[in-house]
Amino acid sequence: MESVIYAGIGVLVLLVLIVGAFLLAPSRRRRRDSSAPATVTGAPGPDTGPGEAAPGDADDEPAGASAPVLETPTEPTSRLARLRDRLSKSNTTLGRGLLTLLSRETLDEQTWEEIEDLLIMADIGVDPTTEIVDALRERVRVLGTRDPQALTELLREEMVRAVDPTMDRTLAVDPIDGSPRVVLVVGVNGSGKTTTVGKIARVLVAQDRSVLLGAADTFRAAAAEQLSTWGSRVGVETVRKEEGADPASVAFSAVERGIAEDLDVVMIDTAGRLQNKKGLMDELGKVKRVAARPLGDDREIDEVLLVLDATTGQNGLQQAKVFSEAVNITGIVLTKLDGTAKGGIVVAVQRTLGVPVKLIGLGEGADDLAPFDAHEFVDAIVDG
Amino acid sequence: MFNSLSDRLTTTFKNLRGKGRLTEADVDQTIREIRRALLDADVALPVVRAFTGSVRERALSEEVSQALNPGQQIVKIVNAELVDILGGQTRRIAFAKRPPTVIMLAGLQGAGKTTLAGKLAHWLKQEGHRPMLVAADLQRPNAVNQLQIVGERAGAHVYAPEPGNGVGDPVRVATDAMDVAKSKLHDIVIVDTAGRLGIDEELMQQARDIRDAVQPDEILFVIDAMIGQDAVATANAFNEGVDFSGVVLSKLDGDSRGGAALSVAQVTGKPIMFASTGESMTDFELFHPDRMADRILDMGDILTLIEQAERTFDEKETERLTKKVESGEDFDLNDFLTQMASLKKMGSLKKMLGMMPGMSQHKEQLESFDEREVDRIEAIVRSMTPQERANPKLLNGSRRQRIARGAGTTVTQVNQLMERFGQAQKMMRQMRNGGGMPGMGGGGRSRGPQAAPGMPAMPGMPGTGGHGGGGGASKRKKGKKKPAGKSGNPAKRAQEAQAAELRRQGKAPEQKGAAFGGIEMGDDDIDLSKLPKGFGGF
Repeated sequence: MESVIYAGIGVLVLLVLIVGAFLLAPSRRRRRDSSAPATVTGAPGPDTGPGEAAPGDADDEPAGASAPVLETPTEPTSRLARLRDRLSKSNTTLGRGLLTLLSRETLDEQTWEEIEDLLIMADIGVDPTTEIVDALRERVRVLGTRDPQALTELLREEMVRAVDPTMDRTLAVDPIDGSPRVVLVVGVNGSGKTTTVGKIARVLVAQDRSVLLGAADTFRAAAAEQLSTWGSRVGVETVRKEEGADPASVAFSAVERGIAEDLDVVMIDTAGRLQNKKGLMDELGKVKRVAARPLGDDREIDEVLLVLDATTGQNGLQQAKVFSEAVNITGIVLTKLDGTAKGGIVVAVQRTLGVPVKLIGLGEGADDLAPFDAHEFVDAIVDG
Repeated sequence: MFNSLSDRLTTTFKNLRGKGRLTEADVDQTIREIRRALLDADVALPVVRAFTGSVRERALSEEVSQALNPGQQIVKIVNAELVDILGGQTRRIAFAKRPPTVIMLAGLQGAGKTTLAGKLAHWLKQEGHRPMLVAADLQRPNAVNQLQIVGERAGAHVYAPEPGNGVGDPVRVATDAMDVAKSKLHDIVIVDTAGRLGIDEELMQQARDIRDAVQPDEILFVIDAMIGQDAVATANAFNEGVDFSGVVLSKLDGDSRGGAALSVAQVTGKPIMFASTGESMTDFELFHPDRMADRILDMGDILTLIEQAERTFDEKETERLTKKVESGEDFDLNDFLTQMASLKKMGSLKKMLGMMPGMSQHKEQLESFDEREVDRIEAIVRSMTPQERANPKLLNGSRRQRIARGAGTTVTQVNQLMERFGQAQKMMRQMRNGGGMPGMGGGGRSRGPQAAPGMPAMPGMPGTGGHGGGGGASKRKKGKKKPAGKSGNPAKRAQEAQAAELRRQGKAPEQKGAAFGGIEMGDDDIDLSKLPKGFGGF
């Protein structure tokens, strides 16, 4: 009897394979077909993106010092100081290690390898690391310098170049033609999307902008509650529907209401999804399309922010790529930088996708959000 | 562009294959590749150093230089080292002698503790326990709420006296929970704590206080499988902070795998006990180190697949089918339909295919694979008349055209399906003739590059070791010969040759043969060759 069962299972498993095998081929072809229209709809994204719309507004974003509705966000200066404080704490070993290495008598192979290792430890990735170190090597050879101070300076320059400070890191949040700006927040599970939405809303409120939140995370238990808790703290309303509702419809209602009430910004929180779940990525594409509908024919969602956990390793690059394909991300929010993680993956992401890191999250506090600054980011790492 | 750990290692090993003698330069080259592959897979640098160090040492030693095929020998070493780091044996929960057993969860923010608490409760409930969840995460907005909903879904009682959102003392909640659990006769208590950073001394102290208050039997450290180089720092901090007893890998269903598992296991020396592999309550499994090593080395995860099949398959239906095949009848499209139905019950086809050996090569195809493809196939079969299903030979051009119209597809698709089906039938017939599972058709021939890493490790496959006695040994022998594509048994060898020939003919005219022929052949071979081993494991 038992053997029959096992044979049966065998047959079943066999079938998985047979079916699977001939399914894979057609699906591949199909994919190619369907990907064509997808890129067409995605293309207008960057054109209507942040660049032309609201230059220079995120830089002074935290500077909106006026009193918010319920709670007062802290002063931006102290926020930046805290960033440096925290970054230096988390990066001490890296910065010091680099200095000791660079100030050795001779710069031999092993030293360079150790520099490489140190950058790799910061999650910068093998390719960008090799590039940075090679460039540094070249310059050290040309300049013939041995002075640690000069070397640090060179390293700083190379790092800054890798992070690229010239990118536009402003958030598009100034209303245009009476209709609100729409910010869509996406990311994998547990990266901190809801928290980020809550924090950005606070900043916007502090800047005297009218904000509406859309709880399009209808999947995770109590996600909508979490968002409305954030909203109610600063007196911002949240559009929500029952659990399991179509997230696209929530987003649509939120934008529609934003237009009706003549608000400045509508922020939509989405459910976390792993980038290799095709179905969920398609759903995200739909949310974006549907949410843009009330805005009129030729407008896209203004900002699509990818929330990336600083602890994420090289998989972060893959995340950014796939999310970019699905919804054309316009900016990255790097969260949880307050830990020991260094967030070096940002370098690789910016390099390959050209999508700038716009904000960084520095902890659980309500105001622990700051604009990303390439020089400060690098300074904090190199100075240790 | 994206290279997983197994992709990389596979290519590296491909280069080694066929070398009769390895020079030190060869080894160094391989080690460099392995180092890079591991780094790209987010294995922490110190772990990579240790790993490559010991592989190098062993690769240059006698055991390799004496071996017949040194390349394969290295693969074997790498596999052994991986299993070694991952912890060897599967570890299960240590239950308290006197209930309740207390399990405490700890980890970074967003690692997936609350979700995992629900899954763990669900799993324990299925195992016949009465779990209770304790909401000691009073920090994150609405974490308590989330746990309540999750607990409800899992059918477990949730003890949540405090509203959370920064209100209440988690240590007290945890302490009180013990009495509640005793009075309500729950034999397992799962304490969900707030996410915290390893360097946050204040919160670490709080975690320690909770630990001391409830005296947990297991402290599980939940870590995101996508974590990068920070894994070491985090794992160390938590190990020092709360001295966890086991690790849970969450979000393992993403496309990053291996790295974090290796790092954490190596750095802390604590075993990985569970893996969380999806968003629904049931996506939760015991972590099997040997299987994980196989996954990393691209050898598939047949055992899990079989277990899944076993859980869902319809005994009667399959028995009927088996008898039918054994009695000499042909497997027809009606059977195909019923099998498709059970297949769907087994869950995501994509996930199952991902467990197949050699699949990493086809990762892109797999990722873009549309689950609805199954429905389309079903539509085609359902567009046939019952006679056609029972006797597919009836299908002539006009019938095919009708079917294509009915299923809303093209004749080409119908033709493809029928061609594949014909091959499946042939395989079924062979199975019958060979008296069970014949020595897989043309093993190494079509498996190509993955044959090398796949085979030498076969003896390491779980289930073969203790079970099967003599049978196991003979299988092992067979496994080793596979790369040559021939079976030890002359009768089987003839059969293989025949099968290979048949398939080659069947495939030759087909244009896309190269694109997916590899998959199909690979799948068949592996399946047929590995299944008996799986059976031995039961």
